[in-house]
Amino acid sequence: MSNDVLILAEHLKGKVSDISFEMTGKGRQLAVAFGGKAVAVMLGSGAAALAATLGADSVLYVDDPALAEFNPQAYGRVLAALINDRAPRLVMVGNTSMGMDLAAGLSVTAGLPLMAYVNGLAAEGGALAATSQIYGGKIQAEAVPDGEACVVSCLAGAFPADAGRVGAGLVPALEQIASPVPLADLQIKFVRMIEPQSGDVDITQQPILVSIGRGIGGQENIELAQELAEALGTAVSASRPVTDAGWLPKTRQVGKSGLTVKPKIYLAFGISGAPEHLEGMRGAETIIAVNTDPKAPIFDVAHYGATCDMLDLLPALTEKIKA
Amino acid sequence: MNIVVPIKQIPNLTDELEINGDGTGLDHDALQYVLNEFDEHAIEEAVLAKEAAGGTVTVIGVDTTGELDGALHTALAKGADKAARITGDFPRGTDSHTQAKLLANAIRSLSPDLVLTGVQAADDRDGQIGPMIAAHLGLPYVGVVTGVAVKDGKAIVHKEYAGGLMGEFEVSLPMVVGVQAAHQPPRYAPVSKVRQIAKTAKIDEIAGDEAAGAGSTVRRMFKPEAAGHAEMWEGGPEEVAEKIAALIKEKGLLKG
Ligand SMILES: Cc1cc2nc3c(=O)[nH]c(=O)nc-3n(C[C@H](O)[C@H](O)[C@H](O)COP(=O)(O)OP(=O)(O)OC[C@H]3O[C@@H](n4cnc5c(N)ncnc54)[C@H](O)[C@@H]3O)c2cc1C
Repeated sequence: MSNDVLILAEHLKGKVSDISFEMTGKGRQLAVAFGGKAVAVMLGSGAAALAATLGADSVLYVDDPALAEFNPQAYGRVLAALINDRAPRLVMVGNTSMGMDLAAGLSVTAGLPLMAYVNGLAAEGGALAATSQIYGGKIQAEAVPDGEACVVSCLAGAFPADAGRVGAGLVPALEQIASPVPLADLQIKFVRMIEPQSGDVDITQQPILVSIGRGIGGQENIELAQELAEALGTAVSASRPVTDAGWLPKTRQVGKSGLTVKPKIYLAFGISGAPEHLEGMRGAETIIAVNTDPKAPIFDVAHYGATCDMLDLLPALTEKIKA
Repeated sequence: MNIVVPIKQIPNLTDELEINGDGTGLDHDALQYVLNEFDEHAIEEAVLAKEAAGGTVTVIGVDTTGELDGALHTALAKGADKAARITGDFPRGTDSHTQAKLLANAIRSLSPDLVLTGVQAADDRDGQIGPMIAAHLGLPYVGVVTGVAVKDGKAIVHKEYAGGLMGEFEVSLPMVVGVQAAHQPPRYAPVSKVRQIAKTAKIDEIAGDEAAGAGSTVRRMFKPEAAGHAEMWEGGPEEVAEKIAALIKEKGLLKG
């Protein structure tokens, strides 16, 4: 085993995802504690320029036409081969749409423990401790791998991104290689990207948002939120269950698989505050949460809160705004 | 088409989650267990796929609660055809690596065309079971999927990235899918139907072998010490509405 930290960088549509920089910064810090190097790995086709933005000790760029778009099987094979070859101390993968296809599978194929949903990593006397955020953000679990090597999947936003960008004084060595494993016989084929629908109001452009969650109870209550939004001259946004149920269009979804919003005021009504939702709204200037559960995690990020029933509050607030 | 849906029971997150005496896990006995919400979507997508392309749906889980049958009966009431329970000494909160290994061993003998799992569960500290099952079975896996369509031995799946962007993939079967959301909200099974099925349904029993183990050890489990907490406004809807309206006004966001 080496003392290196292997970091999987992600890119989508020609842009390196922030999670890549976040993990690279943290990975460099950990590599120093382990006495090894932080090696960022990027897979792509003709994407060397993207790889060069990663502020690791060295960057390994794997180039193959089959890696032009994310493909879980191709990525999984290449990473398994690299892990096998280099035996890193720590493998860092994002707990993102891409990383969620990879980390747990790699844990099995490489025979390494996985600690998932990680938002804290520390090296204590050279030993790693990882803190996972589980049970919808209600519980933190600090764990240590039983052996020395392990995989962690890191939550977006857990570590500062700037620490992982190339900057003054750090010019990482960029090594480009061909895929170490054949990728011609994949069962998974990328077909196309499907762009989000357009034409709806853009919730990222609203100074105030009326955002509703499962606490709205049912489709018949949506109009209560719509009336408030209308009085405020804005739109209703929502958590995932509301758009999954078809009560509002997908374009209104805030969070990990939805949009990231930063309004001046974000009204979060009947939203529990799951990590995947927080990912999309924690940057709002002022967050006001209303939830009947006083222990809901949303109150930990909100600036103001109340525990009344949103179905009573919505019409009362609409009245006050109209008055 | 032979569709298998591995399921997992997890603590009901609306309950108060208490930490056990030595601070390394939850006090599981004090908790109510429910089916992982993404597994509800996997069951729905499986039944929809069966309705579209024919076949059978088998729902299978590790009985960590002694109450798995309730979840299996509900799945049967929703349109699954068969149910299986993996038994053994697997307590509440059994890690994902162990459950995935047990499930993979049981699923192998079912020779599935399509395995649909929930994309994640709230207690997956050591990872999601879908990709692990796929790795054990040597099958391709695509997760964060919102739609599966099967045709001519291939599945077309839509995988969600951020901001509503989706990737479309074509996958030769068999494969494992991590379902984020079914094509339509999970259907409801009337209690009367579940009760009736509970009286007659046959649930296959599969003896589970050893626990694989998570490969990591929890030293400390705790509730997050929030960096901050909302300033709480007391009072009923009228008073709270008053406060919110005042704040909106103060920020200059009142229209007209
Ligand atoms: C890969 C992935 C991506 C995801 N992406 C997103 C995403 O982009 N956006 C997103 O939101 N989620 C996302 N999720 C889902 C996320 O994990 C949660 O399931 C979701 O955010 C929960 O939504 P909620 O808070 O509305 O529902 P719940 O967690 O069910 O919370 C409902 C809340 O309403 C409260 N309540 C109930 N009745 C009332 C009432 N009358 N008045 C006031 N309060 C009431 C309850 O106390 C509860 O706290 C994603 C999940 C995965 C796995």
